[in-house]
Amino acid sequence: MTTLQQAVEQAKVAGNKAFIPYIMAGDGGLETIKPTILTLQQLGVTAIEVGIPFTDPVADGPTIERAGERALAVGVTLRKVLQTLASFREEITVPLVIMTYLNPVLAYGLEAFAQACVAGGVKGLIVPDVPLEESAMLREALNPHNIDVVQLVSLTSPPERIASIAAASQGFVYAVTVNGITGVRSSFANNLDHHFARLRQASPIPVLAGFGISTSEQIKKMGALADGVIVGSAIVTALHEGDMATVEELVAASKGVIAKSTL
Amino acid sequence: MGISIANSVPTKDGRFGQFGGQFVPETLMTALLELEAAYEEAIKEPTFTEELAYFLEEYVGRETPLYYAENLTKELGGAKIYLKREDLNHTGAHKINNAIGQALLAKRMGKKKIVAETGAGQHGVATATACALLNLECVVFMGAEDIKRQQLNVFRMELLGTKVQSVESGSKTLKDAVNAALRYWVTNVEDTHYILGSALGPHPFPKIVRDFQRVIGVETRKQILQKERRLPDAVVACIGGGSNAIGMFHPFVDDETVALYGIEAAGNGLESGQHAAAIAGGQLGVLHGAYMYLLQDENGFVQEAHSISAGLDYPGKGPEHCYLHDIGRAQFDSITDNEALEGLQLLSRTEGILPALESSHAIAYTAKLAKTMPKDNIIVVCLSGRGDKDVHTVRAALGGDVK
Repeated sequence: MTTLQQAVEQAKVAGNKAFIPYIMAGDGGLETIKPTILTLQQLGVTAIEVGIPFTDPVADGPTIERAGERALAVGVTLRKVLQTLASFREEITVPLVIMTYLNPVLAYGLEAFAQACVAGGVKGLIVPDVPLEESAMLREALNPHNIDVVQLVSLTSPPERIASIAAASQGFVYAVTVNGITGVRSSFANNLDHHFARLRQASPIPVLAGFGISTSEQIKKMGALADGVIVGSAIVTALHEGDMATVEELVAASKGVIAKSTL
Repeated sequence: MGISIANSVPTKDGRFGQFGGQFVPETLMTALLELEAAYEEAIKEPTFTEELAYFLEEYVGRETPLYYAENLTKELGGAKIYLKREDLNHTGAHKINNAIGQALLAKRMGKKKIVAETGAGQHGVATATACALLNLECVVFMGAEDIKRQQLNVFRMELLGTKVQSVESGSKTLKDAVNAALRYWVTNVEDTHYILGSALGPHPFPKIVRDFQRVIGVETRKQILQKERRLPDAVVACIGGGSNAIGMFHPFVDDETVALYGIEAAGNGLESGQHAAAIAGGQLGVLHGAYMYLLQDENGFVQEAHSISAGLDYPGKGPEHCYLHDIGRAQFDSITDNEALEGLQLLSRTEGILPALESSHAIAYTAKLAKTMPKDNIIVVCLSGRGDKDVHTVRAALGGDVK
């Protein structure tokens, strides 16, 4: 079992749900990366998704896009983020998962990127614009360095495709809970129960829900359907506003969520 | 008979050599696979191809003339120049060929809503027109910067019943409009088809757009054989994403004696860094679903393109053009803003034809090329659109004075 999968499984053993916050690396300057990560791991998060800013974030909604623009404006790059992570690697106790669009990785060079990930203590990679069909090159480059490549499934993925993606994904399966981009949602589709039941049955590894999950109530609801949740925009907004109370509240919501007995 | 280059790409996985592919969020994958299946089925279906042919003839006004530009030829004193008059299509550019084709396809797929991006506004107008004709709901994303440059086309789209959404992020031009259109499509994928306007994006778009634009080259080939009893020596087309160029080139790709010239926008000059010439000045990368030549910095961040013509203002080049460049089948060169302005005036003055600023890049290049070729040689230029929409921009650029 990989380090990332182990961390997710351990959260379940403890009777909780995995909770992975997404941060936009360098929103507020590169120097904020270290204190943000150390604070989040102290709060007991399962892993941390470290977002890399990009000029054309087609999978992201306005909150993360704006955060990315702020990070780009102060010169944050994939290379600088990985260097920063390497500078305090020994203090990092939770698995870090890099979330980046593909082009910065290609510009870095796959092998050089993989080595920089190792140096920065990175355990997983999520690339929203690399679907299953194009993902082999990432696994070939990163697996030899013990880095998982996480694949996303969506509400539009048909059953046979879900099975193929679940079989290829590593660490966990990232289940996108809405048709759309990242960002706060007031409601979700009604058929999610069925979707997650099928997904968890098809998947040999844990299934985490993400996109649009922004309140304690939604964390509890989605947590009951999946093995855990990923919270992006709400965390990004709270961190940007220095609102640590909200961050703590969101992490706490993932504790003690009991899986639905029907599943 | 040698092996056909033209028919060998794209491969099943959407590759043109190393270029192309499907680099999109998972939410769109099922839509792309459905689109591919629906398209392959439709083009084998006579009711579909006949309906498309009907609208191209009766509504768009095809076939368009292949006009011998005698005055221009004499003025330049070199090769004989023919103009493929795509500017005479309904709505004033080649974009309608693809818009009608994809709108018919969307209807066949049972999709009632259309989303599209636009740069110069030509593709937006063409899509808005096709949607009005076929009773489809339409929303077009357009960069705020382009909206300023192309007010007339914004109003045209609105008259046609389309909702134009201003895009305020990034460089506020075509690339950002594509980002916004993709986001909209991800969110509304179940009842919406995305009519991509250029030979760009994830598979199967580069193939679909090429196939719907091939009519340009197919007609040209037939017309030049009628008029000259032989194939041209050179074919010239401007290239932003590359839809008019690939439509013109594709039927000639296997004709080794026909030189193909794709003309990128050099903006303020390649050395200025302010241009849209991804093949001349870009590196390999991924944007909007495809692996292609891309203007980017060393961190893989996409750079803003620059061109006086909004339609060429895109930082990437369609994957099939990248492939034709790599295998040496087509030559890619560039023309600056100032040269394009001269080309526009040259054609207006000599032939009474006001070309779009995009097409003016091809005219300007042809003016150079023709002089280097003997008088018995033949050049065909794709005059992809008319310049009425650009008069305001041109007037401002020339300081109000015709030189």
